[in-house]
Amino acid sequence: MRVTVNGVAQDLPDEITVLQLLETMNLLPARVAVERNLAIVDRAQFGVLRLQTGDQIEIIGFVGGGEDDG
Amino acid sequence: MTDDGLTIGTVTLRSRLIVGTGKYASFEETKRAVEASGADCVTVAVRRVNILDPGRPNLLDHLDPKVYKILPNTAGCYTADEACRTARLARAAGVSDWVKLEVIGDPKTLFPDNEALLEATKILVKEGFVVLPYTNDDPIMARKLQDAGAAVVMPMAAPIGSGLGIRNPHNIQMILETVSVPVIVDAGVGTASDAVVAMELGCHGVLMNTAIAAAQHPIRMAEAMRLAVRAGRLAYLSGRMPKRRYAQASSPTDGMIE
Repeated sequence: MRVTVNGVAQDLPDEITVLQLLETMNLLPARVAVERNLAIVDRAQFGVLRLQTGDQIEIIGFVGGGEDDG
Repeated sequence: MTDDGLTIGTVTLRSRLIVGTGKYASFEETKRAVEASGADCVTVAVRRVNILDPGRPNLLDHLDPKVYKILPNTAGCYTADEACRTARLARAAGVSDWVKLEVIGDPKTLFPDNEALLEATKILVKEGFVVLPYTNDDPIMARKLQDAGAAVVMPMAAPIGSGLGIRNPHNIQMILETVSVPVIVDAGVGTASDAVVAMELGCHGVLMNTAIAAAQHPIRMAEAMRLAVRAGRLAYLSGRMPKRRYAQASSPTDGMIE
């Protein structure tokens, strides 16, 4: 299925969970937050929530920054 | 004076210096600068993780959230909506419910859009965030932010990254006399004396990034800032001598050799 992750279109297995997506991408769940179609995904739901085709996923983390250096 | 911490919400920070983590050459340098600064609160930016290059070292591997209070910021946000979305994502990452709220008005000045800032502050306070808004040096705005529930107010000393120092100490003083929440000078500090001035005015803390990261020797400057914030704080608490226009001898005139 087609899912957009951080603005990049990805081909992912059907019914993949958020946790599986993070594992596929080698991301430590403890270090990120996930948004699905503009709604924040509760951490407790990472292993349960299954993505659907067309989903827009944002995975964010913390980077070095002080003041408006975006 | 070990009890002279900075209390924000329910947390008391040991240091009155809060530092940014941007513009360093490496995470190692970031870590060493933070350590030299003595800060126990660091601000971090919230960004998309690089999914094309996973496994990259993570900032929080170098700055342990169990050791440092993590202050996520909304740097780069130009609307209240963007800032609130960023703050919510930052909180969802599970390390902090604090947010250094920035809603920027334009890329040239990086002045805050105070209207949008106030709106975002109201929304995030209602949602339970501890909001630390970056604002300009305006006492009326500071009061409005306090009334909206901001935990502190963070007026700029000068534009972000400018290093111009405290451009309007009188306004900072007015803010100190207007609000009862802590006042933290955020942005514009260039060198140690600027931090001293802010603290001598009675500010409760100073937040800086570029002044340390863009120094020729960031680690040394971080230490200078640690000492400056401490020196300024002690001078403020000591109550400085009155200024006089003419000299006043400090040695007795009695017993002069004749």
